[in-house]
Amino acid sequence: MTGWLAFLRTPRGLATALLLLALAALPLLTQAFDQRYLLSIGTRIVIWAIAAVSLNMILGYGGMVSFGHAVFFGIGGYAVGILAHHGITNGWIQWPVGIVAAATWAALVGALSLRTRGLYFIMITLAFAQLVYYVGVGLEAYGADDGLNISRSRFSGLINLRDKASFYWLCLALLCATLWFSGRFANSRFGLVVRGAKSNELRMMALGFPVFRYRLAAFTIAGAFGGLSGILLANEGAYISPAMMSWVKSGDLIVIVVLGGMGTLFGPLFGTIAFFALEESLPPLLDLARKGWGEYWQIVFGPLLVLIALYAKGGIDSLFGRSSDERGHG
Amino acid sequence: MDYLLLQMLNGVQLGLLMFLLAAGLTLTFGIMDLVNLAHGSLYMMGAYFAWTLIGWTDSFVLGALLALPATFLLGIVVEAVVARRLYARDHLDQVLATFGLILFFNELVRVLWGAAGKSIAVPAFLNRTVEILPGVPYPAYRFAIIVVGGAVALLLAWLVARTRIGMLIRAGASNRRMIGALGVNIELLFTLVFGLGAVFAGLAGLMAAPITSVKIGMGDDILILAFVIIVIGGIGSIKGAFVAAMVVGQIDIVGRAFLPDLLKTFLSTSAASSAAPAISQILVYIVMAAVLVWRPTGLFGQRA
Repeated sequence: MTGWLAFLRTPRGLATALLLLALAALPLLTQAFDQRYLLSIGTRIVIWAIAAVSLNMILGYGGMVSFGHAVFFGIGGYAVGILAHHGITNGWIQWPVGIVAAATWAALVGALSLRTRGLYFIMITLAFAQLVYYVGVGLEAYGADDGLNISRSRFSGLINLRDKASFYWLCLALLCATLWFSGRFANSRFGLVVRGAKSNELRMMALGFPVFRYRLAAFTIAGAFGGLSGILLANEGAYISPAMMSWVKSGDLIVIVVLGGMGTLFGPLFGTIAFFALEESLPPLLDLARKGWGEYWQIVFGPLLVLIALYAKGGIDSLFGRSSDERGHG
Repeated sequence: MDYLLLQMLNGVQLGLLMFLLAAGLTLTFGIMDLVNLAHGSLYMMGAYFAWTLIGWTDSFVLGALLALPATFLLGIVVEAVVARRLYARDHLDQVLATFGLILFFNELVRVLWGAAGKSIAVPAFLNRTVEILPGVPYPAYRFAIIVVGGAVALLLAWLVARTRIGMLIRAGASNRRMIGALGVNIELLFTLVFGLGAVFAGLAGLMAAPITSVKIGMGDDILILAFVIIVIGGIGSIKGAFVAAMVVGQIDIVGRAFLPDLLKTFLSTSAASSAAPAISQILVYIVMAAVLVWRPTGLFGQRA
């Protein structure tokens, strides 16, 4: 408990606490100012943050550059969508199926791809994600390219997901749970082995750790959380389509994690907010500069990514200085 | 039987196009250690340059020939402004920066050429069929792609195996620091290799244009296939890229040509026609997974 209080006194801790408070109050604020659109962006930010936190577990802490993480959006989403399409709308069935399906796929992909290194790993994770993407495209019965409108999961009597504010708070609670897990993971013996293997794989192996198995376990867990975010995403729009798992989305997730700060606990959350803020604010800003330019905002966003890759080591999180976490173990 | 032959030729044609794209990728990775996601953008820019230049010159051949130096110049600019700064970085930074370049180029095309796709007509002198075997006609344009693609592949093989610059390229792939220490102007070599890769990508893009169409993002999907090809072939190996491109070309075309009929025996017509291209794509990825389980560094890759 004292650890938390000490954390709150640091600029990073204070900023994070205020941010989480603001996120918790968002539905009330958007209602007060009658800005429903903002709540829908907020919901997507929270859902994407869950996916980003899960990618950070393997990419940030583990150094595994997975270029296919959006596939778990698709697997979680399609699990919900396909079951709903066949009349099974009970969330108590849908959600575990989605998470188990995502974890199973992650275990399978991890078992094959973690045998490789470097560019091979990047490309194999991308290729497996494309494989699932094309399965989605080929599924005529579930809308193929066009996707499928679905009804939202039902948790009868407990929570109504059609209510925007309740759904938002549920997503936020799940994000907090994911962050809590990620923090525990990073400082557990298990997490330290994964992080150690990032900085020196050979040394970890010489110490007797079966690095492959640790990495596979981390990859599978990250897949499970990714699946959870997919389930939420499908419920957010009441819609699934292969576009959920296009490779550009996987690229976006990498951007978010790097932008926020790799291998930091709250970095993925900062990164998601910054990413969506840029996406929402660049078009109107460019329109201010000259009418009609807003449409072409990616012409600014693309070079911005180049600059981030070249010069922004450490991401947003590093603006608060080195974290106690890094000092402790780095 | 004739149908099978024609489809296999289509597979060769697609394979050669993808080889042109993959060759540049595998060279930039093998020599500069650069993961260049924006290579597909050069493919797209080649096609757009060709569209504009063909419009100006009113001649397909002239326009295409002018588009190649244009793509070369663009490649050199990209190398000097962005890529050069990435060689020493880790793969994650390279993925991020070149992903940014993709977004930039896709949007740039939208600004300069508009969102609607363009089409390049097959040149009149190739708008006919040739008899590849007595009584077996084949579209002359596709045949021309096979001839040009094959010739460029041979040229590349000769360039790498027999010339001084090829020797430097091979030396660079095995130890870049050493050839720098031996007094070779390694910056210039890197720029040249990047430009060369850009020309090949542009050539593939403009040759594919009359068959597909010139549109935003046209390089992105085929780029992923090109990456699959260099992963199957072994990163850095031109021979591997060629073999893998031929295999992937055959899988893709044969899948598209024969799966619909096969699937129609137990699926509805519309389900079969939507599933078949997807399945042929999936087959490509399954082949890649199988190769990597068998040899984690690809068919012709160097052992780590």
